[in-house]
Amino acid sequence: MRTIRIGSGAGYSGDRIEPAVELAEKGDLQYLVFECLGERTVALAQQARMKNPDSGYDPLLEERMRAVLPLCAARGIKVVTNMGAANPVAAARRTAEIAKSLGLSSLRIAAVVGDDVLDACKDGDLPIMEFDGTIKQLGNRLLSANAYLGAEPIAQALTSGADIVITGRASDPALFLAPMIHAFGWAMDDWNLLGQGTVAGHLLECAGQITGGYFADPGYKDVADLARLGFPIGEVGEDGSLVITKVAGSGGAVTAQTCKEQLLYEVHDPKRYLQPDVVADFSEVKVAEIGPDRVRVSGGRGTRRTDTLKVSVGYVDSFIGEGQISYAGPGALARGSLELEIVRERLKLTGVVTSELRFELVGVESLHGPQVSAQANEPYEVRVRVAGRTENLREAVRIGNEVETLYTNGPAAGGGAWKSARDVVAVASVLLPRDLAKPQIQFVGA
Amino acid sequence: MTKLRELAHSRAGDKGNISNISVIAYDAENYPLLLEQVTSARVKALFAGVVEGDVVRYELPNIAALNFVMSGALGGGVTRSLALDAHGKSLSSALLDLDIDDTPQQ
Repeated sequence: MRTIRIGSGAGYSGDRIEPAVELAEKGDLQYLVFECLGERTVALAQQARMKNPDSGYDPLLEERMRAVLPLCAARGIKVVTNMGAANPVAAARRTAEIAKSLGLSSLRIAAVVGDDVLDACKDGDLPIMEFDGTIKQLGNRLLSANAYLGAEPIAQALTSGADIVITGRASDPALFLAPMIHAFGWAMDDWNLLGQGTVAGHLLECAGQITGGYFADPGYKDVADLARLGFPIGEVGEDGSLVITKVAGSGGAVTAQTCKEQLLYEVHDPKRYLQPDVVADFSEVKVAEIGPDRVRVSGGRGTRRTDTLKVSVGYVDSFIGEGQISYAGPGALARGSLELEIVRERLKLTGVVTSELRFELVGVESLHGPQVSAQANEPYEVRVRVAGRTENLREAVRIGNEVETLYTNGPAAGGGAWKSARDVVAVASVLLPRDLAKPQIQFVGA
Repeated sequence: MTKLRELAHSRAGDKGNISNISVIAYDAENYPLLLEQVTSARVKALFAGVVEGDVVRYELPNIAALNFVMSGALGGGVTRSLALDAHGKSLSSALLDLDIDDTPQQ
């Protein structure tokens, strides 16, 4: 039976570089995938592109490509990535320049475009899924609308001879599913195979999160050598069989436990994991350790894909102002609490207009609120944090100021004040009839 | 009496304003105990003040796991939240502190 080995070289935009180099060098891979595009990143990249038409792709594109391209070219490893963000064509052109400068001009580089559906969405009254309203009602606050494309155009690019495929918004598992469809010729209506392939993609897409990252809990779940965490490899057979593993000797661990945690990560109804290519069903999945750092994952299934694509809509939401200051030693908690009272009163007295405010003591109850955190003992130090949502930057600035001024106007011995004010680009979702998104492949000359 | 942490491990994930937390038995033998005692009502009560919407529980007997899907859990959504931990990644640790009665049934 034919088998391919797919490495996962990044789980988010800022991820470590060297695990991907290790994978390219020692992973015996045919494909290396970099998932680098968070929910909001396309909207921010779109803002960058509006300022400079040649920008709008992942800021670490150059560093990642320079690190892995020589190894990938020498071993014939194909690269698939969503580092194109808001500008896959510019990312492909830049990659071609990098390849040329490395003496790798023969690499064929393709961009997948068509995820940008702003024009198709702008004037429609598509309802927003997260709150009451439509895209149209966002008016001039609307920044971007990008459909989650499926695996098909990526697989087509590979079949057309691309060595490197660069996308914008695409479903994360689809980046991994595409090489399987390309290598094995899976039919786009073989729902069970696409479902099991989605299991593989889903498990691999967050890179180190299945090899022991986001997992260690000393005394309960110990993981060796997290500083040298190895990134995962999926060995996929043409019948959809899957083994998750990693480079021998790298840090971390692949166990049944790490695989189960990642299987359910960001999943809602396990019977209906909605993807552009399939509705995947994780409910019958089985996990078995078959050797050191080798876990077999089977039983993924699927049903017919839906008629819509999820679209990520970026918009200017609000502004957030924030201030922090620390207290320590005996009475730290009391002084921190007093400071929160003062800021609360000051924001009222000086008429700062906010739609939402948080007053919290970091180290005491900031993560889960006073109710969940009630049993905690008095800490040696606390950090006071006040954050508020405002309609403009001027108001947001005033929140941090009211914390900072407590240096000289507040409780005794407050130190390390910090403040910030920023605009918030948020993301919401709509469902778009799938035929309104028209993915295309564009090869870029070196 | 014991803590959930002794019997299960857990991971939190985020999508928009929804947090999901898995609870996975270390030993499949304890899965019935989790089914019986880690109910959506208890999870909802634990996160009062954090989770504004419903808590729905999904069961995965093949891997001895539960998946809790909590709506309105992330301060209006990861991309706009005022919270320090906007993703709610730390929520799983609170859940593992849940009390579990593991006295053998007579």
